[in-house]
Parts: sequence; structure tokens; C-alpha cells
Amino acid sequence: MVDCAEDIPKPAAVWRRALPIALLAASAGAFADFTWNFPEPVTPVAHETLKIHNEFMIIITVLFTVVFAIMIYSMVKHRRSSGHQAARFSGPRGALQWFWVLVPFAILLFIDFILMGIPAVHALMEMEDTQSRADMVLKVTGMQWKWQYEYPDSEIKFVSNLTTPADQIANADPKGENYLLEVDNPVVLPVGKKVRVLLTSTDVIHTWWVPQFGVKRDAIPGFLRETWLKIDQPGTYRGQCAELCGKGHGFMPVVVEAVPEADYLAWVEKRKSMQQAAASAGDRTWSKDELMAKGKEVYDKICATCHQPDGKGLPGAFPAIAGSKVVNQALFGADGKPARDSHVDRVMNGKPGTAMQAFKTTLNDVELAGVITFQRNSFGNQQGDMIQPAQIKALR
Amino acid sequence: MDIATRHPAEQHAAHPAGLLRWLTTTNHKEIGTLYLSFSLVMFFVGGLMILAVRAELFQPGLQLMRPELFNQLIGVHALVMIFAALMPAATGFANWMIPLMIGAPDMALPRLNNWGFWLLPPAALLLTMPFVLAFFGVGSGAIDTGWTFYAPLSIQGGMGIDFAIFAVHLLGISSIMGSINIIATIFNLRAPGMTLMKMPLFAWGWLITAFLLIATIPVLAGAVTMLLTDRHFGTHFFKAAGGGDPILFQHLFWFFGHPEVYILLLPVWGLIPHILSAFTRKPIYGYKAQVWSFVAIGVLSVIVWAHHFFTAGMPVPALIYFMFSTMSISLPLAVLFFCWIATMWRGSMSFETPMLFAVGFIVLFGIAGLTGLVLADVAADAQYHHSYFVVAHFHYALFAGGIMGVMAGVYYWLPKWTGRMYSETLGKWHFWLTVVSFNLTFMPQFFLGLAGMPRRIPDYALQFAEFNAISTVGAFILGLSQLLFAWNVVQCMRGSGQRAESRVWEGAQGLEWELPSPPPHHTWEVQPEVK
Amino acid sequence: MNPTPSMASPSPEPPSTRRLVVRLLLVVAAAFAFGWAMVPFYDVLCRVTGLNGKTPGFQAGGLAGAEAASRIDPTRTVTVEFTGTVMPGLPWDMRPLTASVDLHPGELQQVKYLVRNTSDHTIVGQAIPSVSPGQAAQYFHKLDCFCFRQQTLAPGESREMPLTFIVKPEIDRDIRQITLSYAFFNIEEPRREAR
Repeated sequence: MVDCAEDIPKPAAVWRRALPIALLAASAGAFADFTWNFPEPVTPVAHETLKIHNEFMIIITVLFTVVFAIMIYSMVKHRRSSGHQAARFSGPRGALQWFWVLVPFAILLFIDFILMGIPAVHALMEMEDTQSRADMVLKVTGMQWKWQYEYPDSEIKFVSNLTTPADQIANADPKGENYLLEVDNPVVLPVGKKVRVLLTSTDVIHTWWVPQFGVKRDAIPGFLRETWLKIDQPGTYRGQCAELCGKGHGFMPVVVEAVPEADYLAWVEKRKSMQQAAASAGDRTWSKDELMAKGKEVYDKICATCHQPDGKGLPGAFPAIAGSKVVNQALFGADGKPARDSHVDRVMNGKPGTAMQAFKTTLNDVELAGVITFQRNSFGNQQGDMIQPAQIKALR
Repeated sequence: MDIATRHPAEQHAAHPAGLLRWLTTTNHKEIGTLYLSFSLVMFFVGGLMILAVRAELFQPGLQLMRPELFNQLIGVHALVMIFAALMPAATGFANWMIPLMIGAPDMALPRLNNWGFWLLPPAALLLTMPFVLAFFGVGSGAIDTGWTFYAPLSIQGGMGIDFAIFAVHLLGISSIMGSINIIATIFNLRAPGMTLMKMPLFAWGWLITAFLLIATIPVLAGAVTMLLTDRHFGTHFFKAAGGGDPILFQHLFWFFGHPEVYILLLPVWGLIPHILSAFTRKPIYGYKAQVWSFVAIGVLSVIVWAHHFFTAGMPVPALIYFMFSTMSISLPLAVLFFCWIATMWRGSMSFETPMLFAVGFIVLFGIAGLTGLVLADVAADAQYHHSYFVVAHFHYALFAGGIMGVMAGVYYWLPKWTGRMYSETLGKWHFWLTVVSFNLTFMPQFFLGLAGMPRRIPDYALQFAEFNAISTVGAFILGLSQLLFAWNVVQCMRGSGQRAESRVWEGAQGLEWELPSPPPHHTWEVQPEVK
Repeated sequence: MNPTPSMASPSPEPPSTRRLVVRLLLVVAAAFAFGWAMVPFYDVLCRVTGLNGKTPGFQAGGLAGAEAASRIDPTRTVTVEFTGTVMPGLPWDMRPLTASVDLHPGELQQVKYLVRNTSDHTIVGQAIPSVSPGQAAQYFHKLDCFCFRQQTLAPGESREMPLTFIVKPEIDRDIRQITLSYAFFNIEEPRREAR
């Protein structure tokens, strides 16, 4: 498994070690822990990007060194304390001086538009390539604060949530190896296939970024964007949302598992049957204990972020579940349907204009039935009733 | 034009005292002092906010604040530093120094000048008040979208956004008033014989800044007004639902936002050559080249804006255009660097605090310029964008390029303003602590960005821990070092320290050094003749 | 500091200054107007160049079928994929009945989306199209589309919503795959509530 944290800079980046960085001296012993250049690239675009990045870093370091060497030479030599008398010139005089003045700019023009410009355009064309056909499509939808993935070819659709426990974030538990970079449902992609990635969002602008892919593209609500990737080695690749999207911005990682094609096809089959199983699981009758267990699992993963693990909410921002008026009312109205703004309606359809989303789009029947049952019978709420997955299904 | 006869030295004995004096003053020096003092206070306000943020980022995990407050602090930090610290500092310089440097008796529009300043404190209050209100349970706090106001996040947010929109309106009106005043002063009140091409570079830098301000601030005002109507009056400028477009907001914002960078930096670029010339005891090199570079940068700055959102997706020709137009800025900028170094070349240099800050500015701003050059490359930008690499880059531009330049100016002119010499020892301590801790703070952020840490996140993965810890330590040293600066300035204002001569620095050139230190309340009532 | 006299009120500005100020204020007004003018201008720019994946809207008397037929480019195939996103606040399901079609540029095509109102009340929705890659948008010509008008669905109602389009033969040869996405919004956007 490849992990971003463990990457060693590519040989081309080794020159950077020569940079005299005083701040590193203090912790030279722990040097191996510092990742300080792009992580190991695994797509053609990322290889290209790392290559031009390293070249450009060399160019600007040379420019910096040359320019400021001249300046520092002057600062040492032309000091009043060493008795240097000031010259009086204020501009170039004569052809030779003009030549010396113009040469640096000719060099800079060359650097800008040839030395950097040509590789930059080359890399850009690679990044924006639409000429070669893609082997498959992955649709990524950004939502506050999770990613939804769709595989239109195989009708797979799932949501990927952060799984780092709240206790780790609150420093109550020791942090795991992939702290903040772990999800429940990673994206699985085949190695060596060109994947066309479509991006959109349902609320605000998010940005899908996996550093090892060299891919970063905005997901814009109401608009479609695309990019592509072709992963050349199996592994787990981790990234994050890169555009400020609200309070959960730091907590919506991207995890991609690249596997050989055979494994990918097996995963597709497994995922499909899981989706069917989840659909049919809703058909049987669940016991209250089963629902409560399922509900607690869902609550801790999804609801606790805002409503808090103790169900007390955050005054002024997120309402409490404990003693909530919405929760503590009848499941169904007189017509046998949930009333508007009742508990079931709120969980399934959300509250527009607030952070409370319509969870029927991201949770399945069992999860919804579980979490509703759990909320009604926890945190001091004692409704004693439950709702079956089949009832949820009928309401969809 | 004989200006002197327009301002007869009327003898008004009744000069309002105390607070009323400062509220009603129309004197360019007093207003300059107001701007500079306000700027210093807000510099510490914005600094405290970001120290809270850095403290939170010292270790992985959430220790001090919730993500909501974190998002508010980073946004208000930026707005305060840009609009309430750096811009007022430059305007303060302009008020104090442009009339003195071009031999004008005052600013052309003194009353406008007074209003321009007094819009600032209410605006600063609007920016910061939502924190206080939220503390008392009213609203959800200050603007939480970052300083960029990106829709639709800003459409979703609480009333802190409305406060920030009104604050931006007030700050914008204030800047426009200041700009009109500066343009009018430079065009109409120059001393006889001072042609535009004989004018001090500082005035030139500000002239271009003022034109950029009046051309771009109204666009920002329009954009945030649209945001306001989207938020409250059901319009759909930036909402896809009604056929609007969130990317339009980014175009409008950065049409202002990119020139804004040069608005913050041009006054400094104008000021640095004066300091270099004074402490090398040598004339400014390439005056005309620098003037034309200012003009070129001003023009280029309004045609490169889309490089701020390459990752939003654009057609390839647009990407190539914005990439190369952005790279083109390196040419006039290189002219400036060349002229600065050529001014130093074969001079007779001494390194008093203003010179130290000027040299520190050149080196560190060089890093900002060079990293800016690589950021222009679309493919590589895909990795840098929205990452800490960008954060480091623009702090090299705006702290090293902006604030350290302003500090060079303060040390350079403080003896002129107060008539007292600051403590050179403290000044040197301030410089070295600032330079070292600044690099300690921001150099690791380049590496964090390259390794893949997104900006604006309140908590981060374990692989970023070491560099973040170093950065936080640096930030606290940096913040505390600025107390030396404040102490030094306040001591001069209180009148302690050695008396300064009229020509404070032996190598300094320009009309301002013909006047006593401190200059009398009214100066150049008889305009000097410039040969 | 010498106690120098102050001027209680500054003398009025000379005419030259006043003229300059008026001109500068005109610049400010022009810049403000420019910002607002950018809104329609940007929209036109997007539609003409496909800057943002916006497709041209309804064009009365667009390409006639016969005319289009003669312009089919049989030498190449373009894949058009269909997808959709139902935005929060709209309790609808939507999916394309055809996930993708391969076509020759210039060919007239019709596809359908199946849309169902899952709620217990009548809702009016509006679909907003977006095409990726953006450069393809200007060649994506819709002759008829459910996105041209608002759609009203009764409780539980399902409807097949058709789209008739041509990918113009002028489309860039480099573009092989196009995706058309609809974002379906509830037009009765709920008032924002204080958080």
C-alpha cells in the first residue's frame, strides 16, 4: 500500500536538500518525517507536473541565487564603513552598458516563454486531453461535507464519509495512521484505464484533489466539470477537499483504491450485489434491537458531527436531539403518512436552507429506519416506537 | 499657478482641542497620523486573530476552537490586514508625504480627506462586531467564507457576511475618496517646475495605485452588492438555479482582487528606491524605467485575473492566455529588481534600520515573485492551488513585500514626522527577529503545500504536523517581535529620543528633507521652485 | 513644534480641481457600471464560447432536419453521455433512460429522462443544463428540451422528458466524449432561515 505520508522525494528533487534551511537544522534528526515535495506521482499528468515543477524550482533557485549573489557582493564591497565612495550614475550610458542592461531581460524572456513556457503548455495539453477516449466514467458529486461517487456504466452509487472518530479529533483518543484521510467507502478504480472524472456539487463549490494524481478540479453546483486520470500502479491514494466549503471543509477526504482490472470487476459485482442486498434487507421486518444497533452506527457516523455524540446539539447552531420537539411527536399523522416537519419528514427531506440535509438521497432504507428509531429511543427520548425499513421504502 | 496666494495664512487662533480636533481635522499631516495609527492598531488586531489560528494549528486535532470560529478568524484576518492595516498604512504615507515631497501646501481636497479616514473605524467595527454579537448569542459570528466571499458559500452564510459586505462598501468608498484626492493633489498641486517625470517615485507608485483603485474597487462593490441581493432579494446572479453562475463571482472578484495585490505593493515599490538612494548615497537608478514599469504593471494587473481560479475549469485557449499574460508581469517586475540592485551597486552603503528593511524586502519579495512565476503555470498550479504553497507565496508578497516595505518607510520617515530619532538598537533587533521568524513561519508552508496540505483547514493529517508546529512557533515570535516596533514608534511619538535634524539621513534626497523635523503644521504655503 | 495657525475651513477648490474630481467620479461610475455590465456580457461570452459549459438556449427556427441531415459528418463518432443531479430541496428522482449514445456529428437525436415526483405535493422544477467539456457546449444544439420550460409534477407522478438535439459538425475534432448534465432545482426556493 502506498501512503502519501511515507513518500520520499524523487531524485530530481534532491537538489533541494542543498538549500540552506536553518529551520530544518533544529530537527535534523526527524528529517525523514518531513514530506516537502510532491508525493510520488502515479498518473501521466502527475509525472508531467512533478517534472515541470522540479525544473521550475531549479530555474527559480538559480535566478534567485544569481541575482542576490550580485546584490550581496555589492552589499559587502560597496559599504561606507569600508570606505567605498558612491558612484554617480543613474542609468546606462553607452552601447556596452545598454547591452549589459538588456541581456538579463532577454534571458528572462527566454526563461518565461521558452524554458518554462513550452513545457508548461505541453503539460497543460496533457492535463486537458480530450483526444483519447476514456475507458470509463466516474461522476463525483461534492456535498457538504462528503463526496458521492457514481459509476454510470455499472449503476453503482455511494457516499463516502470521513471515518475518523470524533474522539480522535477532540484529542481524547490517540490519532490513527490515516487520521482525517480515511473514509467508509473508498472509490475503487482499475489500474491502467483512462478514467474520465466528471465533477459537480449540490450546494457550494468543493474541490476534488488527490495530490498523487496531479488532479485538482472544482465541483461547482449546477455545472459540470471534467478531468481525467490513469493510475499506473495499484495502491491507496488519499486527498482532500481543497476549496473552503464551510465548517466541514477539513473533514471530507478523498480516498481512492487503485486495483488491477480483474479485482475491479470483482468489486463491481460485489458492490452491485451489496446494493441489491441493501434494497432487499429493507423488505424483511427488523427487530427493535437490530434497528437500534444500526441506528447508533449511523448516528455516530453522520449525525453526531452537528447534533453531537450526546445528542445535545450546539445551542445557536445545531438543535438538540434530546427532548427535541420534532423527534418527540407521532411518527405518522392521521392519514397514515408522516406529517410535514415531523421526525420522519425532517430526516428524509431535510430542512431547506439549513445544514440539515435530505438524507433519503444518501442513506438507504435500513439506515434511515435505524437512525429514526434510535433517535426516538435515546438521549432521554422515550417514544418506544419504531419504524420499519419497508415503511421508509413506501415513503420514497 | 500661484498656489500660495490661494491659501492666505489666516490666523485662526481657535483650534479645536482633544478628540474634536482629530474628528474635524483637515490637515494632511494629522490625517496621515490618524491613518497610520489606525493601521498599527488593526495590524495587531489582525495579528492576534491569526495567532489564535496558528495556535490551533500547532498540533493535529481540534484544541482551541471549533471549525466555524476558525473559518471566521482566517477570513477576518485577511480582510483586516488588507483593508484595515496595509491599505490605510499606504494612504497614511500618501497623506503625510506626498504634499511634502511634491511641495504642495496640503491635499487638494482636505475635507474629503477627513471623511475618507473617518469611514474606516466604522468599517473595522462592522468587520469585527459579529464576533462580539455571537459571543452574546446573536447571529452565528463573522464572515466565514475567507476574504474571497465565494458564492454560493457566501449566499448560504449567516449575517456576518452582510456585515462584511457593508464593511467592504465603506472601505471601498474610503479608498475611492483617498484615491481621487491623491490624483487631484498630484495633478494640480505640484510645485512649480516639478513635471510628472521629475516627481518622486513614491508619488508615481501612488498615482498608479490610485487609478487602479478607482477602476477596480467599484467592480468589487458591484459584485458584493449582487451577492447581497442574491442573499436577500431573490436575485440569481450567482445561483445556478435561476440561470446564474458562481464562477461569474470569481471573475468579478478577481478582476478587483488581482489589481488589489498591486494596489498594496505599488506604494511600497515607489518608496523603496528613495530609501536605497538615501543609504547608498547615490542617485536612483533607472527612474524612467521604474515609472514605465509601474504603468506596465498597472495595465497588466487588470488582464490576468483568471489565474486565481485555474482549477475552476476553463477552455484551453483561455488557460494559455492567462498563463502567459501572468508570466509577462515578471518582465516589468524584473526591471524594478534590476533598478533596485543597480541603485545599490557601487554606492557607499550603510545599514540603518530602514535600509535593512528595504534589503530584507527585496530578498523576500524576490521569493514571492519567483514562486508567483511558477504558480502561473496551469499544470503545476493544479498542485499548488488552494494549498499552503499559495498561502506562503502571498505572505511573502504581502508581509515581506507589503508590511516590511511599510516598516522600512516608517523607520525612514518617523524622525521626520516626530522630530525624534527612534532607537536604532531596537530597530535592528526588530528587523532581525522579524526576518528570521517570518521565514520560520512561512518557509515550512511552501513545503506543506507541496506535500499536499490544503489551505483553510482547521485540522490536518499527521504527516503535516512537524512543519505546522515550526510555523506556529515562528508566527508567535513574529507576532511578539512587532511589539518592539510599536514600542519604538510610540516612544518617538511621545517625544523621547534624540532630536532629529531636518535632513535626517545624510544621503536622503527630496523636498521633504528641506523642512524641519517635525515639519510645522502648515508647510509649503509658498511652494518651492523645482529646477 | 511652533504653534502654527490652522485654517478652520479650507478654501474652496479651484475650478481645475473640481473638473478633475468630476472626471474621476465619472471613471468610478463607469467602473461600477462595468461590473454590472459584466453580468449579461459574461452570459453572452459563455454562450458563444462555451466558457462555462453553458449551452445555447432555445433558438426558434433552428436547424431544419433536412438541412442538418446533409451536414452529417459520417467520418467520426462522438459519444454523448447523459447524467443528472437533483438538487437539495427537490424531492424528485431523475435518471436518463439512455446512459449514452454514439452519434455522427450533425445527426438528429432524441433521448429521454425519467423524472418522478416522490413527494406528496405538486412541485415545479427547472432543469439547468451544463455540458462538459466546456468547449463542446457551443456545438451542442438543443432543438427541443424539457429544460426550456418549467416542469410541474403532481404527487407521485412520473414523466418521460424528451430532449432533441444535434451535435453540430463544426465541433472540434479533439473532442470524443461529451457529457450533458442537468441540475434539477425546485423553483420555489425556500426562504433561507436563520441558522
